[in-house]
This record gives sequence, structure tokens and C-alpha cells, in this order.
Amino acid sequence: MSVRAERLVIYAVLVTFCVAVLLPFVSILTVALQPPGSTVTGLALPDELHFGNFRRAWTVGGFGSLMASSAIVAIVVVPTATALSILAGYAFGTMRFRGSTGLFYLLLIGLVMPFEATVVPLYYDLRALHLTDTYWALILPQIGLSVAFGTFWMRAFFLSSPTSLLEAARLDGASTWTTLWRILLPTARPAVTTLATLFFLWSWNEFLLALVLIQDPDRRTAPAGLGLFVGERTVDVAGLSAGALIITLPVIVVYLFLQRGFIRGMLEGSIKG
Amino acid sequence: MRRRQRIAYLYLLPGFLVYLAFVLVPLAHTVELSFFEWDGISVGRWVGLDNYRRLLGDSTILSSFAHAGVFLVFTSVVPVMLGLVLAAALSRHRLRGLAVFRTVLFLPQVIAMVVVGVAWRWMYTDDGVVNQLLHAIGLGSVTRAWLGDFTWALPAVGLVGTWVMYGLCMVLFLAGVQKIDTSLYEVARIDGAGPIREFRHVTLPGLRQEIAVALTITTIAALRNFDLVYVTTNGGPGNATNVPAVEIYRLGFREGDVGLACAVAVVLTLLIFAVVFAITRLAREER
Repeated sequence: MSVRAERLVIYAVLVTFCVAVLLPFVSILTVALQPPGSTVTGLALPDELHFGNFRRAWTVGGFGSLMASSAIVAIVVVPTATALSILAGYAFGTMRFRGSTGLFYLLLIGLVMPFEATVVPLYYDLRALHLTDTYWALILPQIGLSVAFGTFWMRAFFLSSPTSLLEAARLDGASTWTTLWRILLPTARPAVTTLATLFFLWSWNEFLLALVLIQDPDRRTAPAGLGLFVGERTVDVAGLSAGALIITLPVIVVYLFLQRGFIRGMLEGSIKG
Repeated sequence: MRRRQRIAYLYLLPGFLVYLAFVLVPLAHTVELSFFEWDGISVGRWVGLDNYRRLLGDSTILSSFAHAGVFLVFTSVVPVMLGLVLAAALSRHRLRGLAVFRTVLFLPQVIAMVVVGVAWRWMYTDDGVVNQLLHAIGLGSVTRAWLGDFTWALPAVGLVGTWVMYGLCMVLFLAGVQKIDTSLYEVARIDGAGPIREFRHVTLPGLRQEIAVALTITTIAALRNFDLVYVTTNGGPGNATNVPAVEIYRLGFREGDVGLACAVAVVLTLLIFAVVFAITRLAREER
């Protein structure tokens, strides 16, 4: 095969895989635009575009209030987890202290461990503390697990920042606090943005904890609401699809805005780690 | 020095407190509860290793772990293979427009698995896209409601795992392959290496780290898999697609068999740790 033919084949393969990625999204979008009460689940152009499904999902389906709960959780989790990760990662990356290796290994547990491992005692313990059915039941465990990864991530960043910068700051008599905020963090923008984006995605998409720890419909998050609707006997296919797309919209917006830096940051960060 | 040490602990303190209280303590509590018989309401009873003995004799739980193995193949092995094939093909070329492909291929990574599950639930129905495609290529005779089929439900959900992960592997490996020194390929070609030897001796070693990362991410996702199964099949039909995470949920919150649920959680967690440890070790030895 000539080089040009080979290239064409590679492009064709890439396009095929991209089409396969997009196909389920195109499918669910056409389903969401079918007339209400329709049972169509395949690819079929609706006679007209029924945007009313989105309005119905927002009001009757309650996706408006589900989104609000998700937003409250994410608004607390993302900045808090990011700040705590920066602080802990700074200590690991730039300071020497007794027990650092042991603490670091302790942190690695949280890097690998999924919520599936702790959801059972979390439910019974938080219930005993009367914290189930509150936003705290989602916020605190999410911060806890995010901080493990975030500390690891920021440690890698601080380790890679030039030591001469730190030395100079120390000789100038800058405190560790000033060094962190004035000298190191301005260069950490890409790493911190990627981290915060990841935290947002994890928090927004989290399902298991939300399903188990929140029974109160007023505090339920969007993925949990969607998951529960799917399990019901009579399913409003078009409305449900509209709801699924509504809760995906914020994620898509964040992704398209930040994707260049995000994918690059992810790739570099994961290899460094 | 002593003062600096104390400052380090101050920086660590807030993050570690939350981590300790809401990750490590519950994890320890999972282990503790796995030694009790407890219905979640009355007083628990210490039963030693009884829950683990029950786990080993329970065909439903054992089959859920077997299904996790199947998911491992679909969600981890197949996507890594696909990514490697593509990387091998690409290693000899420098292509334009990769950024667009990257954006699309990476998309399933950012979408909630619940949403992915709903989309694929429609894909697999009687009149869904999968059957429409099969009809279009003349395979109308094999169409069925895939998720309701005892034989085909598991591979069907597994394939969704492949769909979620292949883009990640491709993006990772494409980025990695672009970083490999082109002179290595030239040397290999001067030595008369064919595409296969070139792949084994240049591309594969060059991608070692990326492969380890891809395997780690996909393995954890495959073994912990809850959202996708819960939304598409909820473990059914029968127990055909049941996985450990769904079993934890069922035992711990539906059946009130909290001790057994925790035993499953402990085994699942140990399994994840063991696999990730093995991957890290292998990646290091190859160095």
C-alpha cells in the first residue's frame, strides 16, 4: 500500500470510531424530539421537533430541582476539594517531614478505592448521625475521596516546579504561605484548572452515593433522579431522554470550553503520576 | 527544621481530616462489619469468617465476580488492544486534524454513566439503533431485545464498556506514540524490521507508561462497575449481568444482609488493589 492509501485507511478507521462514539448521543437526541408518549427508541426523524419534552422534563419530571441539588453539591465540593488538595500537595511536594512516606501510602488507598467499598457503612453511620437526606451526606465523602487524588495530582505538580524558585523565595524570607500563593500557584493554573474540572465531572456524575444516601426527592441529585426514573414501570421515553440530555448539558459546556487544556492536562498528569 | 515540619502537618491537616473521616474510617468499618451478622436495625452478632464462607458458597455472588471478569475483558483488554492497533498504524505517519478526533473520542469519559446507560438502553431495544443497523446490512434474523436475552445481555452491556473506554485508550496511545523519537523508527527500518518487529521493539516499549495508565483506569472502572449495569439491566435478566457492586447494593440495602454485603465489598476492594498492584509492578519491571 502506498503511504497515501495507508493514510486514507487510518482516517477512515478514525472517522468510524468517532461516528460510533456519537451514534448513541444522536439516537437519544432524536428520541427526545419525538412527540410525547411516543415509544420510538431507534433512529427516526420526528415529524416535527418536539422541544416540549425538554420543558416537561424540566417542570413535571423535576429535572430543574434535581439539577439545583447537583449544583449545590458541586459548588461546595469543587472549590473545597481543590483548596485542600493544593495545601496537602504543597506539603508533600515541597517539604520534608517525618511520616511523609507512610501518609503518602495511606493516600494511595483513596486513589484506587471506589465508593462501592464504603457505601454500606457510610449509609448506616451517616444515618445514625442524622446526616442522610442532607447535602452533607454527599459533599463530605466526595471531598474525602477527591482530596486523595487531588493531593497526589498537586504533589506531582509541585515536585516538577523548579527548586530554584523555592530557594529564591526562602532566601528572600518569604513564608511558606506567601511562596505558595504568590510564587507557585500563578504557574499552577493549568494543573489546578484540570483538577477542578475533574472534581466537577466526578461530583456532577456521581450516582451510587446519591442513590443510597438521599431518599428525599427535594435533595436528590440529577443522576440519581434519572436512574430512578429509568427503573419505573411506565417509562416516558421521550421525556426521560430529554432529562438525560438536560443533565448532560453543563458537562458538555465545561468540556468544550476547557477540553484542549483538559485533555492535555489529563494526559500529562496521568503519565507523570 | 522542627518548625518547618510542624508547618507541613498544618498544610496536610484539613485534607487528611476529611479523608480520614469519610474514606479511611468507613473503609475500616466495612472490614469490621464483614465479620458481623447484621440486618441494619437490631444488634449485630459477631460471626467471624462466616460471611466469607457464605460468599464462597453462594452461586449468585460467585457468578457476579465471574461477570466482573467478563467486564474486565470488554472494558479493559479490548479497548487497550484497539488503542494499540491504532497507535501501531499511526506510528509511521504524522497526521493532521488529530485534535478533532481527540475531542470526540474522549467524550464518553466526561458523560455520566447513568446517561450513557439510558442512551444504550434505547440502542438495544427491539426497534433500537443496533437492530436497525443489523436490518440494514441484511442480518435481520439475529435481531432481538438484546438486554432481555439471557445469552446476549452480558456481552451487550460489556460492549458499552468497550465503547466508553476505547476512545480514552486511543487518545492516550496516540499522544504517547507522537512522543517516541522518530529516529528510533528509522533505525529499526534500516535494520530491516517489518511493521510487527517495529511495533514490538519500538512502539510497545515507548508506550509502556501509557499502557499502564490505561490498564489501571479501565480495570478499576470495569471491576467497580455499578451505574451502567444498574441502569441498563439492573443485573438481569435473572442474574445474567449481575456484578459485585450491584450485589453489594442489593444485599446491603434491599435484603438487609449488611455483613455479607460488606464481605463482598472487601473482596471486591482487595481484588481491585491486587490487579492495580500487579499492573504497577509489571510496568516497573519492563523498565
